[in-house]
Amino acid sequence: MDAFASLGQLARALNHGDFSSVELAQEHLARIEASNPTLNSFITVSAEHALTQAAAADERIAAGTAGPLTGLPLAHKDIFCTDGIRTSCGSRMLDNWIAPYDATLVARLNDAGMVTLGKTNMDEFAMGSSNENSYYGPVLNPWDPTRVPGGSSGGSAAALAAGLVPIATGTDTGGSIRQPAAFCGVCGLKPSYGRVSRYGMVAFASSLDAGGPLARDVADLARLMPLIAGFDPRDSTSSEQPVDRLEALALNLDESAAMLPPGLTIGLPEEYFADLDGALAVCLDQARATLEKLGARCVDVSLPHTAAAIPTYYVIASAEASTNLSRYDGARFGHRCAHPTNLDDLYQRSRSEGFGREVKRRILTGTYTLSVGYYDAYYVKAQRVRRLIRDDFLRVFEDVDLLLAPTAPNPAFPLDQLLADPIRMYQQDAFTVPASLAGIPALAVPCGLIDGLPVGLQLMGPHFSEVELLEAGMAFQTETDWHQQHPEATG
Amino acid sequence: MTAPWESVIGLEVHVQLATRSKLFSGASTAFGAPPNSQACPVDLALPGALPVLNREAVRMAVTFGVAIGATINPFSVFDRKNYFYPDLPKGYQISQFERPVVGAGKLEITLQDGTRRTVRITRAHLEEDAGKSLHEKFAGKTGIDLNRAGTPLLEIVSEPDLRSAAEAAAYFKKLHALVRYLRICDGNLSEGSMRCDANVSIRRAGVESLGERTEIKNLNSFRFLERAINVEINRQIGRLEAGEVIFRETLLYDSDRDETRPMRSKELSDDYRYFPEPDLLPLEFDTAFIDAARAALPELPDAKRERYIADLALPEYDANWLTEDPDVAAYFEAVMASFGNARLAANWAKVAANWVMGEVSAAVNRDQISFAAIPLRPAQLAALLARIGDATISGKIAKSLFDQLWRSDDPTLDVAAMIAAQGLEQLSDTGALESLVAAAIDENPAQVEQYRAGKEKVLGFFVGQVMKASAGKADPKQLNALLKSALAKD
Repeated sequence: MDAFASLGQLARALNHGDFSSVELAQEHLARIEASNPTLNSFITVSAEHALTQAAAADERIAAGTAGPLTGLPLAHKDIFCTDGIRTSCGSRMLDNWIAPYDATLVARLNDAGMVTLGKTNMDEFAMGSSNENSYYGPVLNPWDPTRVPGGSSGGSAAALAAGLVPIATGTDTGGSIRQPAAFCGVCGLKPSYGRVSRYGMVAFASSLDAGGPLARDVADLARLMPLIAGFDPRDSTSSEQPVDRLEALALNLDESAAMLPPGLTIGLPEEYFADLDGALAVCLDQARATLEKLGARCVDVSLPHTAAAIPTYYVIASAEASTNLSRYDGARFGHRCAHPTNLDDLYQRSRSEGFGREVKRRILTGTYTLSVGYYDAYYVKAQRVRRLIRDDFLRVFEDVDLLLAPTAPNPAFPLDQLLADPIRMYQQDAFTVPASLAGIPALAVPCGLIDGLPVGLQLMGPHFSEVELLEAGMAFQTETDWHQQHPEATG
Repeated sequence: MTAPWESVIGLEVHVQLATRSKLFSGASTAFGAPPNSQACPVDLALPGALPVLNREAVRMAVTFGVAIGATINPFSVFDRKNYFYPDLPKGYQISQFERPVVGAGKLEITLQDGTRRTVRITRAHLEEDAGKSLHEKFAGKTGIDLNRAGTPLLEIVSEPDLRSAAEAAAYFKKLHALVRYLRICDGNLSEGSMRCDANVSIRRAGVESLGERTEIKNLNSFRFLERAINVEINRQIGRLEAGEVIFRETLLYDSDRDETRPMRSKELSDDYRYFPEPDLLPLEFDTAFIDAARAALPELPDAKRERYIADLALPEYDANWLTEDPDVAAYFEAVMASFGNARLAANWAKVAANWVMGEVSAAVNRDQISFAAIPLRPAQLAALLARIGDATISGKIAKSLFDQLWRSDDPTLDVAAMIAAQGLEQLSDTGALESLVAAAIDENPAQVEQYRAGKEKVLGFFVGQVMKASAGKADPKQLNALLKSALAKD
């Protein structure tokens, strides 16, 4: 069994009877067990649960009632509630918390017969760009264990890069799927806001949070999307946009024959390329050439409010986070300090002990920007700027179909390098937060190696253009093999 | 000479909407269940849980809005009101701050002396209730019951248009009647279905500007509302006349000591950090939704009262009494309907009103039941009244039949059949009555003497004798006449 087989390859082999779902799960569990002490990409491995699911999947396969992904293993970012399996969100606050229910995304994948191997490591409450803000310790980048895997879905990206899982889920609030995918040389899709239900996804910033898949190739993302996309009556902000085109795409998937739609125009926003590192600029140039070779017309465009995205994002995301995290008060669940003497003591010590530095920093920032006297100057103004950023995209999508940009400004950086400098850490998100603020979908795809470290391009499209992004990504991968490169250390 | 003090009062009334499930979750809102048995992941604020708006609560809010002639905002926004308290699981309350669903409207109240006043209503908005902290049962600890957390509330805010505690109580009562008519609240004050915060300030009559106000929290009875406001007005007058100032503060009313005192609660915050709730879309509906609510409005208490006066010729007192509680009015109208066509029925209105306000109401109070749960069917009461009307039975017999019917709680019991079976028809056959009268006179010569000597009160004695002999069936009018003529003979 090839550790780097794609989900599509595994699906064919499983249906062919090359191995059972239980054997597939066992093999992956063994790999996770072997690598986790060093790589640390999993917070919880749910072996028993996985083998039960796999056995049930084998029965479905035998009975002929299996779906296309029945019996295939995956891992969930530890932000998705899983009934009976701890959901820690990378925090001491929830170290002891077992959800009594499944997130909608988890339930849908369970129903599809997929097998949950475990819960992947992440920055605490999804706040971070390096996966160093986890109560469970940092995840190492399989390409270079002295470097970070990116964040906050660093565990999912690293597990994919190390060949521990064929597909994983993540969440992206300001780049948390795309940036770790780029750092680990895998693919990741941040769907449009509202495309995937947020029910049971522990909230960071409600108006930005988007669940989505990470995988080895774009076709695998396309395989998973129709299962997790679509309206959910439990999430009022989920979209009623039909998923029929995503379903059709997954049903008739022929990745080797993928083509760009004729006449596709791709815009290159100049703000994303202005001060780009030379080696990264070369990778993006090559990607542009590849897309042109595939028939795309590439034009330079401008998104003038791009520079305002980072401060806007950190005002809005922190404001929402500061109140989303108020429920962690030690009263009903999660960490509770020992022997509280009174109510204030219970609150103060439970929260002081339960939250890490970065989470506290954002709660403080968010509380400040929502306070009387600052609300208009920060939160209201940020909402206005957010509309300008969104309008930038809407305007440019009148002229172009998709946008091409780098995913991150650099390859994976060394552990500890940016930890003491939050502002520089936040700059890591410069290319990913605009799409988050606009609520548009964005796809990260490997497009090169710089000094042995992967970098990724980013394709952004109009709201609910996931199909177009996936088609473009698949076409790109017919001409490139960056997604088939794997770190040497493992494998 | 100094002008007298004038008090200025505005009320914020929290009305618990009578939806079956909560404002943002599917958990039941029924009262009295074991603690925390009606709290789902949304109510417990478990990580990942999200609110979903209850459509029925919106319909109820809009129903209230159209009933008070208010502006209905087809676009309104939910906000988070942030503060920490153990009975507030999310650490914020979902409410409506800048854009409430119901805008300005008005309500007319009638004071004790019959004067009518119009009270302006500023707004009404939807919000969720908090849970309850239970301090009594756990020594040194606090229990939390989240059954109530997430129950839909409509907060109705009035302008400071009320000028006395009595006016405030009348307004609260009027709202109480209205929300019950609209069937959007069960009106159960003892279970906290309506709670009121009163903003109170005083000023010299004739002064335009408002004095500094205080807010008395959580008043849940008409009586306590009135008492608390009076106590607070007097406190404020006392301070100002002693040269002290009023501080803006939040007070609680202690009914045992009959005093208001500052609330020392963590529930209060100087800054609730309101901002639009990102987990919910803005609340939008079309005019058809509003029109449907308007079309479904029942006859409201004011209109009903006027109709009782105009069409049924009831005195204003009766009309007020009967229309205050929709269940009373419904019962009264069902009795009236049993009399057949409306023109005919109108003749019975005063009799029916007397019985509803008298016997029926007394029995309801005695049994501590609601007017909606009366065991005596309206048709049975109507039949009973009809038999008094045509002199088949006496009022006294009717009351005993009333008790039988009430106790039996049997809708199949027929009044006419009961009268026949128990032989309760009045003795109006002159012959039979005459022989009873003759017997009574024969047996009591001494009393006959007294009567004839001018002691007319003795007539009552003879009435009693004959009534006893007739087992109460004698028609009192006829009996009186017969006795008088028999005693006058000789």
